[in-house]
Amino acid sequence: MVDVPFDTVAGVPPAEVGEVELYHPKSWWTRYVFSQDAKVIAVQYSITAMAIGMVALVLSWLMRLQLGFPGTFSFIDANQYLQFITMHGMIMVIYLLTALFLGGFGNYLIPLMVGARDMVFPYVNMLSYWVYLLAVLVLASTFFVPGGPTGAGWTLYPPQAILSGSPGQDWGIILMLASLILFIIGFTMGGLNYVVTVLQARTRGMTLMRMPLTVWGIFTATVMALLAFPALFVASVMLLLDRLLGTSFFMPTLVEMGELTKYGGGSPILFQHLFWFFGHPEVYIVALPAFGIISDLISTHARKNIFGYRMMVWAIVAIGALSFIVWAHHMYVSGMHPYFGFFFATTTLIIAIPTAIKVYNWVLTLWRGDIHLTIPMLFALAFIITFVNGGLTGLFLGNVVVDVPLSDTMFVVAHFHMVMGIAPILAVFGGIYHWYPKVTGRMLNEVLGRFHFWVTFLGAYAVFFPMHYLGLLGMPRRYHDIGETSFIPASAHDLNAFMSVAALIVGFAQLVFIFNLIWSLFKGKEAGGNPWGATSLEWQTPETPPGHGNWGKELPIVYRWAYDYSVPGAARDFVPQNEPPTRLSAQGAHP
Amino acid sequence: MAEAALTNIGASPARLSGWRGIAADWSSDQRAFKNVSWGKAMMWIFLLSDTFIFSCFLLSYMTARMSTTVPWPNPSEVFALNIGGAHIPLILIAIMTFILISSSGTMAMAVNFGYRRDRVRTAALMLATAAFGATFVGMQAFEWTKLIIEGVRPWGNPWGAPQFGASFFMITGFHGTHVTIGVIFLIAIARKVWRGDFDVERRGFFTSRKGYYEIVEITGLYWHFVDLVWVFIFALFYLW
Repeated sequence: MVDVPFDTVAGVPPAEVGEVELYHPKSWWTRYVFSQDAKVIAVQYSITAMAIGMVALVLSWLMRLQLGFPGTFSFIDANQYLQFITMHGMIMVIYLLTALFLGGFGNYLIPLMVGARDMVFPYVNMLSYWVYLLAVLVLASTFFVPGGPTGAGWTLYPPQAILSGSPGQDWGIILMLASLILFIIGFTMGGLNYVVTVLQARTRGMTLMRMPLTVWGIFTATVMALLAFPALFVASVMLLLDRLLGTSFFMPTLVEMGELTKYGGGSPILFQHLFWFFGHPEVYIVALPAFGIISDLISTHARKNIFGYRMMVWAIVAIGALSFIVWAHHMYVSGMHPYFGFFFATTTLIIAIPTAIKVYNWVLTLWRGDIHLTIPMLFALAFIITFVNGGLTGLFLGNVVVDVPLSDTMFVVAHFHMVMGIAPILAVFGGIYHWYPKVTGRMLNEVLGRFHFWVTFLGAYAVFFPMHYLGLLGMPRRYHDIGETSFIPASAHDLNAFMSVAALIVGFAQLVFIFNLIWSLFKGKEAGGNPWGATSLEWQTPETPPGHGNWGKELPIVYRWAYDYSVPGAARDFVPQNEPPTRLSAQGAHP
Repeated sequence: MAEAALTNIGASPARLSGWRGIAADWSSDQRAFKNVSWGKAMMWIFLLSDTFIFSCFLLSYMTARMSTTVPWPNPSEVFALNIGGAHIPLILIAIMTFILISSSGTMAMAVNFGYRRDRVRTAALMLATAAFGATFVGMQAFEWTKLIIEGVRPWGNPWGAPQFGASFFMITGFHGTHVTIGVIFLIAIARKVWRGDFDVERRGFFTSRKGYYEIVEITGLYWHFVDLVWVFIFALFYLW
C-alpha cells in the first residue's frame, strides 16, 4: 500500500495506508444482489442462515412430536426420525450459527467497529456468500433426492454413515459431504477477510486492545475456524472417497446384510479424531462471538464499563487455544488409553477457568450498574444464566467416570442444547434486537420483542430442564421410540409430552420474531443514529443505515476504548470512541 | 489506554527491535504487521489454513500405514523405472522433485525482477515457473497411468494394503491440484505483467482495484508453499 502524507492529530499516529479503492455499484444487481458491500453481504448471510434455520426448527418440531406422542403420527417413521435429527443438528450448528455469527454479525460489525470502509477484499467476500448459498442449496436438495437426506447423525460416524443401514445412503450422505466441502471453501474466503481486516485495516487510534469485545470474539472464532475446518474438510473428502470410490480409510472389514463388504483395514476412530478436532473448536466458534456480543450488550445497557477488559480479551484467546487440545472428551466411550482420558479430562476442566473469569466479569459489570431492562439486556441476562447452566453440566460430562454412564443419554442432549444451542441463539437474538436499528434505521417492536423473549426463555427451559432428568434416568438419545422399558417410569413419558408442547410453543414464538423483523422494517419507530447511547464506532456513522464506505469523507479517529460509560465529569453518560479527549473535563476519561 | 500512553505512541516513531518490536507493533493501531500489505497477509493466513489441511491428510495416511495389518508395498520398488536396462528406484520421483525445486528458483528470480519493474524478464520467468509446474503435473499423470496399468486402484493393489493406493491417489491428487491451480495463477499474473498492467495501474476486471508488482511475490508465496508441501510428501510417502 502507498504511504500517504499525514497530519498528527492529538497524539494519534499518522495514517499508514492510503484510502482503499471501493467497488462502486453501477446497477441494482451489483448494489443489492451481487454486492461487494460487507453490510449487504451480512444481510444476505443472515437471511439465508435464518431461512435454513427455520427448516431445522420445523424438523425439531417433528422430532418432539414423535418423542412426546410416540405412535400417534404415522408420517414419522424410524428412518425419518434419524434423518430429522441429522439435518436438525447439522443445519443448526454449521449452516445457522456459524454462518450467522461469522458471516452475518462478522461482516456487518467488523468493518464498522474497527473503523474500516469495508472488508479488505470485497470481491472475495462476495464469492464467500455465493458459495455458502450453494452449500445451503445442496444441503436442502437432499430433502428431495431418492432416499432423502442422510440419517447418520450430525457426527456422520463411519462405518454406519455410508452403509445401507442408515437412511440416505444413496444420495443423502454424498450431497451432505459435498455441501460441507463447499461450506468450508466459502467460509475460508470470508474468514480470511475477517482476520485480515481486524489485523491490518483498523482505523487510526484503534489498537487491538481498544476493540469492542464483539470484534475480539468474532476474530478469535474466525482464526479457530480457519484452523479447525481443515480437519472436517479432510474427513469429508476421505469419507466421500470411501463412499464413492470404495477406498477404506475409515471402513474396517465388516459384514453387511449377511455379506462381506468390499471394505477392509480402515479405522473408524480416525474419523472420530478428525471430526472432533473440528467439532470441539466448533463449539467455541459459536460461543466466542456470543461471549463478545453479550459483553457489549451488558456494558451498554448497564451503562457501565466492562469489568476487566484485558482479562476478558485474554480469556477469549485462552479459550480459543485450549479448545484445540480437548477434542477427545467426545470420545471417552470410543475406547482410548486411560492416560489419554486423564489428559483430555484435565484440559477440559482447565477451560472452566477462563470461562469462569468471563462469567464473573459479566456479573461484576452488572454490579451496581444502571441496568436498563431493554430487550437486548434481557437476552444478555438470559444468556449468562443459560450458559452457566450448560457449562456446569459440561463439567459433569468432562470427567471420564461421570461421562461413561451419561454418554448417549438425553443428559448429553440437554447439556449441549443449553450451552451451544440455547445460549448462542439467545446471544443472536440479543444482538439482532441491539443492532437492528443500525441495520435498518428502525427499532424492533417492543411489545412483540418482550413477548418473544419471555416465551423463548421460559419455553426453552421448559424443554431442556426436564431433559437432564430424563438423561439421568437413562433415557437414550437418538431413539425413535422408547417403547416398554422397565427402568423408565410412566411419568417420564408424561414429561416428554410436556416438553414437546413447550417446544411447539417456543417454535411459534420464533414466527412472531420473524414477523417483527419484517413489520418493523416498514412500521418500526425511527431509531436515529445511536438509540442506545453506545460508544463503539458503528453507532457514530454519519448516516443510518451506514452508506457505502461507511464513514463519508473522513475515516473516524479513535481516542479511547469502547467502554467509556458513566465517566465522571463527562457531559453525557457515554463517550464515543471517536470523541477527542480535549472535550472532556479535567478529570478525563478512564482509562 | 490512558491518555498519557496515547501521546506516547505518537511521540516515538522509532521502531524497536526483537520481541519489544513485536509487542510494540501488536499494541499499535491500524496494523499488527507493519509493512505487510493486505494481500500478503491474506496469503500467509490462507497458507496457514492450508497447512492444516495437508497435515490432516498426511497424519491420516500415516495412521493408516502404521495401523494396517497387511504389508505396505515398498515404495522404492513400486516407483522404480527400467531405463536402458537399469532398474533405478524412485528415479521418476527424484526427477519430479528436482523439477519442482528448480521452479522455486525461477519463481524467486521472477519476484526479484518484479520489484525491479522488469516487465519482460518477470513475465518470462513466471512462464518458466509455470512450465516447470506443468511438467511436474505431466510426469505425475505418467506416474498415475503407470500405476493404474500395473493394477493399483483406490480400493486395492497387487502388493499389499489397499490404503496404499487410496492414500497415494488422494494425497498426490490433492497436491497436483494445488500445482495445477498454481500454474493457472502464474499464467494469469504473467499475462498481466507482460501487458504492463502494474505499470499503468490498470484496474482489475472484477474488483476494479489497481494491481501492484507485489502480486508476483504473493504468487511466489503460494508456489513455494506448494513446493514445500511436496518435500513433506516426498519424505513421508516415498522415502518412509
